[in-house]
Amino acid sequence: MMPPLNLVTQLLHVLAAGLLMISFSMLAQRRTRRLIVLLAWQGVVLTASTLLVAVTAHLQHLYYSAALTLIEKVWLMPWILLRLMRRLGIEGDSDPLVNIPTLMLVGLGLVIFAFGLAQPISSLATTVTRQTLGIAMAVILLAFLMMIARHKAVTQVIGFLAMENGLFFAATSTTYGMPMVVELGIALDLLVGVFIFGIFFFQIREQFDSLDLHQLEALKED
Amino acid sequence: MELAWVLGTPLFGAIVLAVFGARRSAAELNVVISLATLIAAAALVLRIIGQGSMTVAHEQFFVDPFNVFLIALTALIGFTTAVFSRPYMRIEQDHGRLNAHRLRLYHSMYQLFMAAMLVALSTNNMGLLWVAMEAATLSTVLLVSLYRTRASIEAAWKYFILCGVGIALALFGTILLYFAAERLLGGEGMRALLWTHLNAVKGQLDPTVIGLAFVFLLVGYGTKVGLAPLHNWLPDAHAEGPTPVSAVLSGLLLNVAMYAVVRCKILAVGAMHSALPGRMLMAFGLFSTVLAAFLLWRQRDIKRLFGYSSIEHMGIITFAFGMGGPLANFAALLHMTVHSLTKSAIFFAAGHASQIAGTQRIDGIRGLLTVSPTVGWGLMLGSLAILGTPPFGVFTSEYMVLITAMRDHPWATPLLLVALAVAFAAIFFKVQPMVFGETDAQRLPHPPALVPVFVHLSIVLMLGLYIPPALAQWYRLAASLIG
Repeated sequence: MMPPLNLVTQLLHVLAAGLLMISFSMLAQRRTRRLIVLLAWQGVVLTASTLLVAVTAHLQHLYYSAALTLIEKVWLMPWILLRLMRRLGIEGDSDPLVNIPTLMLVGLGLVIFAFGLAQPISSLATTVTRQTLGIAMAVILLAFLMMIARHKAVTQVIGFLAMENGLFFAATSTTYGMPMVVELGIALDLLVGVFIFGIFFFQIREQFDSLDLHQLEALKED
Repeated sequence: MELAWVLGTPLFGAIVLAVFGARRSAAELNVVISLATLIAAAALVLRIIGQGSMTVAHEQFFVDPFNVFLIALTALIGFTTAVFSRPYMRIEQDHGRLNAHRLRLYHSMYQLFMAAMLVALSTNNMGLLWVAMEAATLSTVLLVSLYRTRASIEAAWKYFILCGVGIALALFGTILLYFAAERLLGGEGMRALLWTHLNAVKGQLDPTVIGLAFVFLLVGYGTKVGLAPLHNWLPDAHAEGPTPVSAVLSGLLLNVAMYAVVRCKILAVGAMHSALPGRMLMAFGLFSTVLAAFLLWRQRDIKRLFGYSSIEHMGIITFAFGMGGPLANFAALLHMTVHSLTKSAIFFAAGHASQIAGTQRIDGIRGLLTVSPTVGWGLMLGSLAILGTPPFGVFTSEYMVLITAMRDHPWATPLLLVALAVAFAAIFFKVQPMVFGETDAQRLPHPPALVPVFVHLSIVLMLGLYIPPALAQWYRLAASLIG
């Protein structure tokens, strides 16, 4: 018989579930614009859960971390992406996704796999958030699936960022986050990465007249 | 102090070149900065030989015989590549493939890349190691697409996405490592991420968590080593980027990623009390070696050919580190040295060869000896060296790997031998007509800087004939640290 969970833990579980839900909706979302909005929502949930942990565990550095998440993931990244899309004139773009039900079923399988993988680790953790590690891993794997299933440059980048969100969630749920210096370094790398992605969009467009990655298949093993 | 110079010089150089990189003299400036880094690295080596391992800056940086050897190698090849790149990039500019604006990006990013690799090698913090590895990727992505052709953009995109995903997995591995260590070392400060502290308590780390962490770290950093089946980015990036970039990617970045894998392996072996991490390295290494050797046959592009050869050699090194023990580690370290030197020399020669022929296609390059004997001989000798022909150093290290394999894991020996034979035949028969034969190609407008090629090859030759006792002692010390 499991002991009854306290309010904070229950709230955290709700937030984690929300994150997983957003991941699934991203998997099925065709419109690129909506995908960016969903990515920003992931950031909101991450900020909320980090803040909640910071308050309950009285950890100074998690407040900074939450602030950083709010600025970087909720505001800056989606803003850059939306701006880029406007500049490239592909705001209304959508990705032809074949067979969403199959994608969903594969996603379900991944979630079960993630929970299985996380089981031995969660049982060792002492944080209030430990049971959410399975969800964090599921978010990472679903983002992976999204990158594989998509063929537009922008959506692959969104998948990449969603994966980073999952990693961040994994860090807070097992260890109350990485040390601040490392977290700053990661944030910086990610930001530079998004800028380079932006440069790439223009280079790809200039050379290929489209951001569809099907065209990037000239280099083969021959 | 020396370390501050080693890391500060390229960082400062990156800023200076970001401002002045478009000038005609920027190439010389690049050489001078690389030389300064090399001198600082030499001073650091002397200090480590004199005093032994040290930690600096609140233990954030850590230098021991293992990484100081790689720091010296990185600084050396960084310098020789800068020397090579001066006339090479000028010829590219004359051919109209580059403009001053892009050369500024190139020079600045070259130094930033050097700085990122040197930080990755010298840091003691597993988190910073990750950040520096990612920074090394980011600084080279735009260099791979420097020519802005369709193929180069495709190669850069592939490089970015594959290495990005790989490095994300490594981040997850780092998180798990931190999680396992935090329970022992506490979350205060950053002790739980510092390698020296982790190494001290590795016997008590939880084996399940470390096992899982190691899988993620191996796959993550392994992507950057170019281990199959995650090697797809490597030949593309090597073939489409400018040649100096191919040379430093192959000669240096792969080594740095390998270094990260080895550091993780030391912890994993200590925590798991089993041979499993070593076996995983052996499996990945052997698979990469065999696969790359057979794929060599199908290559039609000279730089892709040697890109695949890099995968093969990184496979051999991974395999040797996987076997472990003093002899195999010695062989792996030696092989890292000779591979870096030989492969960068080959890329220098191959770069000029394709400039002479006006194409990178192997069947378009003919009769190098008649147009430019130095380029021809550089390519021929370099190829013979990388193929493990005695008396070059590659032969020595491959021989050591083979006898260790024969002693400890006899089943792997035939596979290795077949791979080496196949690679030999593939590369030899492709290089031979490029060097000999008839051609009507023209000489290059600027005399190529081929001194680096022959300097590298003579060091490799020397290491094959005679390893100075001091150097051998140093290798032995580093090999014993790896365990």
